[in-house]
Amino acid sequence: MRIVDSRGRRCPLPILDLARAIREIEVGNEIVVEAEDPAARPDVQAWCRMRRHEYLGERPAEDGTPGYRVRRLH
Amino acid sequence: MGGAFLDAASGAPLHPVAREALLAALEDGWADPGRLYSAARRAQVLLDAAREVVAGAIGARPDEVSFAANGTQALHAAVLGTIRGNTRSTVFVHSAVEHSAVLHALELHESSGGTALEIGVDSQGRVDADRFVSAAHTLGVCGAALQAANHEVGTSQPVSEIAARISVPLVVDATQLVGHAPVPSGWSVLAADPRTWGGPTVGVLAVRTGTRWRSAAPPDDREAGRVPGVPNLPAIVAAAASLRAVLQERDERAARHWAMIERIRSTVAATVPDVEVLGDPTARLPHLVTFSCLYVDGEALLTALDRRGFAVSSGSSCTSSTLEPSHVLVAMGALTSGNVRVSLHRDTTEAEVDEFLAVLPQVVAEVRDELGAAGL
Repeated sequence: MRIVDSRGRRCPLPILDLARAIREIEVGNEIVVEAEDPAARPDVQAWCRMRRHEYLGERPAEDGTPGYRVRRLH
Repeated sequence: MGGAFLDAASGAPLHPVAREALLAALEDGWADPGRLYSAARRAQVLLDAAREVVAGAIGARPDEVSFAANGTQALHAAVLGTIRGNTRSTVFVHSAVEHSAVLHALELHESSGGTALEIGVDSQGRVDADRFVSAAHTLGVCGAALQAANHEVGTSQPVSEIAARISVPLVVDATQLVGHAPVPSGWSVLAADPRTWGGPTVGVLAVRTGTRWRSAAPPDDREAGRVPGVPNLPAIVAAAASLRAVLQERDERAARHWAMIERIRSTVAATVPDVEVLGDPTARLPHLVTFSCLYVDGEALLTALDRRGFAVSSGSSCTSSTLEPSHVLVAMGALTSGNVRVSLHRDTTEAEVDEFLAVLPQVVAEVRDELGAAGL
């Protein structure tokens, strides 16, 4: 599972980080974007819908930063 | 340079009739209408006439209409007065996409021990009528709030249908609707905002006779005890005069705006890659549309459009003072980045819309390039 650290990055940068990093994982594998930006929550889900990847829900990091889980589907 | 003002929902340019009425009322309506001398009586006559016009426009009796300082104050009073009118019940039901003024009033209610019960919306921003009705039937509910149409995405709500099925007072935020579309029946308390139809800054608060509503402000006998202080008469007179003018041309203008918005919706979807055009395409306000662009910084987009002379607004987090994305977009599960709201006014021309649609794809591409988003 790949972790993308988008702490301190403001909208829309966490989504850009996600879009870049997902190319580096295998189809079927999972990636987690860790971002405290409040726009990341709706935008990761919207991105998954628009790019047809699977949104798997949240998994907070050890420091409490929200993490958004995504499975690469294609 | 071209460009256009496309943010009428934040406040349309002053209608010429409003300007004229404002100047006349500054001359003739300066006195306190509550006093007993001839200048005061002239002011009272102007105030009565304005009240009658506004009442007629929203389907109310003149004595049900009061004037507030602005739309936000009217919304606050609408909600808090409904809560105070029924102190034995403390739960207030509302849709997730109400104006922030409604939500802020409810935060105050919660901070003094009350409960706000939020009802979610679908991806187009429409509330589930059955869920709203069943929540409103719960024991301990003192009132409910449902906007006539959303201020950010334009989607209209099933106000009349819901009003007919519930027994608690229904607060209807009609701030983006009045002057643009007919007011739905069934409201118990209504708020309107003259700025949205080309009037000056003043607010409209209407309370249907028989509604359990009690002012949450300190007692004052002005405006039927609903809004304290001397009303802003010149602004009220101008608001009413412009409303009368706006209503005369409403259907013709609404049809024109409807077609323009339809054109914006389809053209943006076709010419801007990775865009989501939001809100209901048919059950909506005639003059407003919102879309969100992937990999776009909303603030950069607004700045780039402003450089070309286009004034629009945005619900993206980077454009808000709190750095939170719009609660409306979040409730709909919509993309919040690169968000743009376009809202038209009476003088918006086809040529302005054409020019906006012509520059938009290039502006979005520029902002995306700055972020290095090409090919993602």
